[in-house]
Amino acid sequence: MSTTTVAVPLTNSLTAGKLPRHSGPVVLLVSWLVTAAVFLIVQLSGASTSFNVAGTLFFGTVLYCIAIYLLSFFVEGVRKAKDRLVTALVTAAFVIALLPLISLVATTVISGLPAFLTPTFFTSSQRNVVGPGGGALHAVIGTLLITGLATLISVPIGLLSAIYLTEYGRGRLARAITFFVDVMTGIPSIVAGLFAFALFSLLFNDPGIRFGFGGAIALSVLMIPVVVRSSEEMLKLVPNELREAAYALGVPKWLTILKVVLPTSLAGIVTGIMISISRVIGETAPLLIISGFTASMNYDLFNERMMTLPVFVYTQYANQGTDTQAYLDRAWAGALTLILIVMVLNALARLIAKLFSPKLGR
Amino acid sequence: MTTIVARDTIRAPQRAGDRIFSTATVVAGSLILAVLAAVAAFLLVQSLPAFVATPADFKGDAANFWAYVWPLAFGTLWSALLALLIAIPLAIGIALFISHYAPRKLAQGLGYIIDLLAAVPSVVFGLWGIGVLAPLLQPFYTSLVEWFGWIPLFAGPVSGTGRTILTVSIVLAVMVLPIITAICREIFLQTPVLYEEASLALGATRWEMIAMAVLPFGRSGIISASMLGLGRALGETMAVAMVLSPSPQVIFALLTSQNPTTIAANIALNFPEAHGTGVNILLATGLVLFVITLAVNMVARVIINRRKAFSGAN
Repeated sequence: MSTTTVAVPLTNSLTAGKLPRHSGPVVLLVSWLVTAAVFLIVQLSGASTSFNVAGTLFFGTVLYCIAIYLLSFFVEGVRKAKDRLVTALVTAAFVIALLPLISLVATTVISGLPAFLTPTFFTSSQRNVVGPGGGALHAVIGTLLITGLATLISVPIGLLSAIYLTEYGRGRLARAITFFVDVMTGIPSIVAGLFAFALFSLLFNDPGIRFGFGGAIALSVLMIPVVVRSSEEMLKLVPNELREAAYALGVPKWLTILKVVLPTSLAGIVTGIMISISRVIGETAPLLIISGFTASMNYDLFNERMMTLPVFVYTQYANQGTDTQAYLDRAWAGALTLILIVMVLNALARLIAKLFSPKLGR
Repeated sequence: MTTIVARDTIRAPQRAGDRIFSTATVVAGSLILAVLAAVAAFLLVQSLPAFVATPADFKGDAANFWAYVWPLAFGTLWSALLALLIAIPLAIGIALFISHYAPRKLAQGLGYIIDLLAAVPSVVFGLWGIGVLAPLLQPFYTSLVEWFGWIPLFAGPVSGTGRTILTVSIVLAVMVLPIITAICREIFLQTPVLYEEASLALGATRWEMIAMAVLPFGRSGIISASMLGLGRALGETMAVAMVLSPSPQVIFALLTSQNPTTIAANIALNFPEAHGTGVNILLATGLVLFVITLAVNMVARVIINRRKAFSGAN
């Protein structure tokens, strides 16, 4: 008697099929092509006049999500399929976030360049200008003066507070300051403007008060917490050994802070200050309320209305004259100037942080 | 015989420099608290006349201050809520992409690109919203009303300009995106690597690892990040003021030309021409906004701080 053994095909429940290595990109390409074909047919049939690129990319991506899920579901199982779907969605989220940034920068550059390149844009104000021409010199000067003064007010207060929090602060006061600095970063900018207005209209008993100094105060309210936060982070990075070495040599505490702690963290602090300037330089609402708007030059922070770049952009847009295009061009040119300033400040800040920051450890 | 010399306890010499410096820092720190208190106090003092204003003082047909501010507060909350509904899932996705999906070398650069969005001034967002986004979305809105008009949210008649509350919410979402993303990213990066490696070693896919280790760890971080984003969206002024064509009323439809406006936008639009009690009324609405955002931010910070206590993360 002999038993015949039949070979049973080996199945291992722990392994499953796997999609080929580059199946993701290939499926994406195929789904884009398929949707492109569909839209091409729609166009050829005369239902739409032009080829819909945005629609192709959008529906192609949606098709990809469905296709890769189903494909992976039947080959690799439900867990892997879910993983691939989430990967697709997460990547799509990132790409979606890039779209507004690209669109915004591109539109600003394209619409802003014509007026930006006009020779008068940085050499004259809007005084007595109706229609095209004129410039934004008054706004640039106003922005520089008001932001400069706000920086002069915020940096000493912010830096000293940060020093208090890292070097001296213990107990309830320090905790309260830390907490309320965090809360203050969330104050709406317009409330800061209203505060400055309420303060100065009471002080000077002038219900219609508008002047540049008030704008600087309003911006300081917004700027101080940012300076405190960033400086505090930087001061905390200074190793305690440096302080202890200074104390051991008999250096008083205040000199230790001035000569050891601050120089060590200077690069980071400057970076933080520049970032905070770039944060407030684009603020519109508080300046609209307390600094007002004007078409003329004004170099006096304590007298009369003062124009600033963000408010310039807003008023050019809001009060378009008969020659609409000229006003819109100037608004975009102002926006381009603002974005350039902010980007340059940001890039400089990163550069300083990279070049001068102390190499900690190792 | 030995003489016992009584010795004073050793005391550090008190230097004038030390005292001046430490006093200066205390003063500066306290000044911040004083400023916050002053903001509340001056706004309160200046807005007192608004609470007893007569109906004639109000723009529109409001009978008293609360009737005037209610539609504005509604619009503020409604637009911010819609913005968060759009922004939170996107922000979590982006944060996950940067922290767990993108190649390590690229990750920091990608984070910087998203941070650039935060650097764009709000007035430029306003220009972009009205010049680019609204015309782009209008045809889409038309077909949305055509197909889904039976849903109350998408009820017609559709706005011809695209300047609706939904457009505003999309702009606001783009503006709060970098804030929420930045915090979520930090939190996700702080997930203990051991948790992640443990779940991967047990055979979890990357998504299962994220769902089991990263997201539960970052939950309170996501909540507080969203609340900070909410605070920003509530107070955003210029984008709303420029994009929306306002008609202060409580209305839920997203795509019509009748839209509720926000407190901040209402102030920005009416303040330059306001006079007399009108100024006080606008200041009082500002006070309401201040109280709302202060409450939201304080709750968010309390959540963050409570978490900080036991995880070492911030």
